[in-house]
Amino acid sequence: MENKEKKGSIFDSTIEAFQSFLHVPATVTRHGSHVRDCYDLKRVMSAVLVALLPTLLFAVYNIGYQHNLAAGAGMGFWEMVWYGILKILPLYIVSYVVGLAIEFASAQIRGHEVNEGYLVTGMIIPLIVPIEIPLWMLAIAVAFAVIIGKEVFGGTGMNIWNPALIARAFLFFSYPSHMSGDKVWVAGMSAVDGFSGATPLAEATTGTLSHSALEMFIGLVPGCPGETSTIAILIGAFLLIYFGVASWKIMLSSVIGALAVGYLGNAFAEPGTYLAIPAWQHLIMGGFAFGTVFMATDPVTSAQTETGKWIYGFLIGALTVIVRLFNPGYPEGMMLAILLMNTFAPLIDHYVVSSNIKRRLKRATIEK
Amino acid sequence: MVNYIKLRKGLNIPIDGVPQPQIIKSIVSETYALKPTDFKGLIPKLVVREGDAVLAGTPIFIDKQRPEIKFTSPVSGVVSEIVRGEKRKLLEVRIKADSQIEYRKFDVPSVESLTPEQAKELLLESGMWAGIQQRPYGIIPSPDVDPKAIYISGFSTAPLAPDYDYTLRDDLDNIQTAVNVLSKIVPNKVHIGLNALTHASSILHKIKGVEFHIFDGPHPAGNVGVQIHHVCPVNKGDIVWTIDIQFLAIIGRLFRKGICDYSKTIALGGPRVKNPGYIRCIGGFSLSNISDLTASDNLIKLQENCDIRYISGDVLTGTNVGKDGFLGFHDNQISLITEGNYKELFGWAKIIRPKKFSLSKTYFSWLTPSKRYKMDSNLNGGPRAFVLTNKYADVLPMDILPVYLIKAILAKDIDKMEQLGIYEVIEEDLALCEYICPSKIEFQQILSEGIELMIKEMA
Repeated sequence: MENKEKKGSIFDSTIEAFQSFLHVPATVTRHGSHVRDCYDLKRVMSAVLVALLPTLLFAVYNIGYQHNLAAGAGMGFWEMVWYGILKILPLYIVSYVVGLAIEFASAQIRGHEVNEGYLVTGMIIPLIVPIEIPLWMLAIAVAFAVIIGKEVFGGTGMNIWNPALIARAFLFFSYPSHMSGDKVWVAGMSAVDGFSGATPLAEATTGTLSHSALEMFIGLVPGCPGETSTIAILIGAFLLIYFGVASWKIMLSSVIGALAVGYLGNAFAEPGTYLAIPAWQHLIMGGFAFGTVFMATDPVTSAQTETGKWIYGFLIGALTVIVRLFNPGYPEGMMLAILLMNTFAPLIDHYVVSSNIKRRLKRATIEK
Repeated sequence: MVNYIKLRKGLNIPIDGVPQPQIIKSIVSETYALKPTDFKGLIPKLVVREGDAVLAGTPIFIDKQRPEIKFTSPVSGVVSEIVRGEKRKLLEVRIKADSQIEYRKFDVPSVESLTPEQAKELLLESGMWAGIQQRPYGIIPSPDVDPKAIYISGFSTAPLAPDYDYTLRDDLDNIQTAVNVLSKIVPNKVHIGLNALTHASSILHKIKGVEFHIFDGPHPAGNVGVQIHHVCPVNKGDIVWTIDIQFLAIIGRLFRKGICDYSKTIALGGPRVKNPGYIRCIGGFSLSNISDLTASDNLIKLQENCDIRYISGDVLTGTNVGKDGFLGFHDNQISLITEGNYKELFGWAKIIRPKKFSLSKTYFSWLTPSKRYKMDSNLNGGPRAFVLTNKYADVLPMDILPVYLIKAILAKDIDKMEQLGIYEVIEEDLALCEYICPSKIEFQQILSEGIELMIKEMA
């Protein structure tokens, strides 16, 4: 008897989650405002998913395209797409099954409703890892990100670092051989001797690029599935700004920061070196665009004051290019720049809030 | 001197059922009630018993801590019921009204010869003092401390709010008298805020001896707290009195006729009102008198019951009093909406929801800016932690960071609450933040707990 009752309650959060997924619940307002906007967190998160769609679709195509190019398989368009789907689908299954299972369990432990945050995190993680990542590694990384990156802080809304980036950082430092080099970026080629699928960023460290700027802008280059296509990311950026979910201030200031450091580097560069690569090309190489649009702008972990957003974004852009240019051991700086600025975002906000307090204290009042 | 202030932030909520300028009913209610719960922070002490006969203006209860502050009966009759809640908390004192109201007579000297002490004494004794609120906190001010200013908002931007130019069209003399009395207490410090759209033609513009401020902007531009923030901000230690403009007319009647005449014209609006308009009534009347003015619901095909929520006040800040409840002391409007206790299949996932309004552009209601919506009381989501933190400041036209203030309250950090502006806001000022919140955070409830804590700690 007792066991049965308990069994019923273990899945309360899960049942509630599925019910509220189907229906907007019949809950009515109890305190405060009697009417409420029909905007809820499910809608917020679905808006981000919609913005991610162009990137995902392009990623599916590019996985097949890069494989075809490297293997010389002579595949048609739909064959390439099908190949891409087969490659990326397992990553998504692992990401969502592991991540959501932990979310549901922790919601149950806390007695909360299941939070929608992982829908976005789970969508992003497969887009920012190498396509050849072993699934068990991905599973461990997702578990680490959700438990240590988010749930220990109290769940969505309370976390300090972007959970998707925590997953990537975990993989980067635990399994570096699977996260860098020339062999992990093109599907189905890692076992082929003598093959090099170097990303533009890796090439750039030598000062020569084998891909044109247009190719990098469109995204037909090797790399993490989601990061290659600047144009798909730009569509996503437009949608996020239009929906009002992400801050254009962070995106713009991050671009400004990257260009500032990049052009400074150009000014001191000798021809043919990494420093000489035009600064604007940093915007279309590597994970800069994806990080700026989808991860730096995470409303939970970014700076939350309006002035703070300008500082936060600028530093992300600047730090990214500094890491890229001045640390030859690290081709990509985006992940570390965002994680570092996530850490400092509360500090930036603290100073902005303090200035608000000072300004409010100084206000003129009517003389008595 | 006229001071023009343009406010860009805010939101006019497009709820259906806007009151049209016509009197749809004059209400003579059988019972009236005076509710201590309408006054924030009040610990009441009853001074009548069930069965006592009272006149309009007879004290019903007093403030236990400041016994000079009295709360008087709106009508004459017999105390019929004293309603108590948990721990015997006094909730309502109901009065069965006489068919003809008899007034308690007050000896009122002419306003010109009035001394500040006499003015205060009369306001306290007649119960009119209870209509004054102070910033900070929105509580009844102490008679011993004079404010740095008195501020009155001459318009309301709340959803379905009454048009004061209409409701007060015959009360200009009363308001002028009340302003003169207040000027006796605090000379040259009475401010009135007017709406930029109507100030030129407004009857309130004819009031003499006050300073006008013109506000241009969406709700909450009409909130007295927002106006004070831009005209005479409340810092630590400051006190500003605020008085509802309709109550000013009631104060004026006391000094012109020597009686407590609590009658007023209020707005009746909302999707569940048959012909939204105005009703003449006396404060504290029973809402059972308006049951014949309600409309049936054709909002959504509901499988279950489809009750009406009777709100004394506006839909953002009012009180759910129930169909047999009573009009709140400070309220100038009644809003009737549908109880939204229904499930909407795939609600959040629909690409468009033509019957729902959202400020967010993930829905498309911004394409139909003049459309009015039959809003109901559904929460439209579930409670979550703060996630989307960038939107709240867009609906608060004050130099205050609402999320940081709320977090300071949740952390019970008195210093931070002070610094971040708790002296300047009361619940109604953050109501729009609550309305738009996708995480469904109870801004007003949290702020109210913060204010209670401040009162307790600073006492």
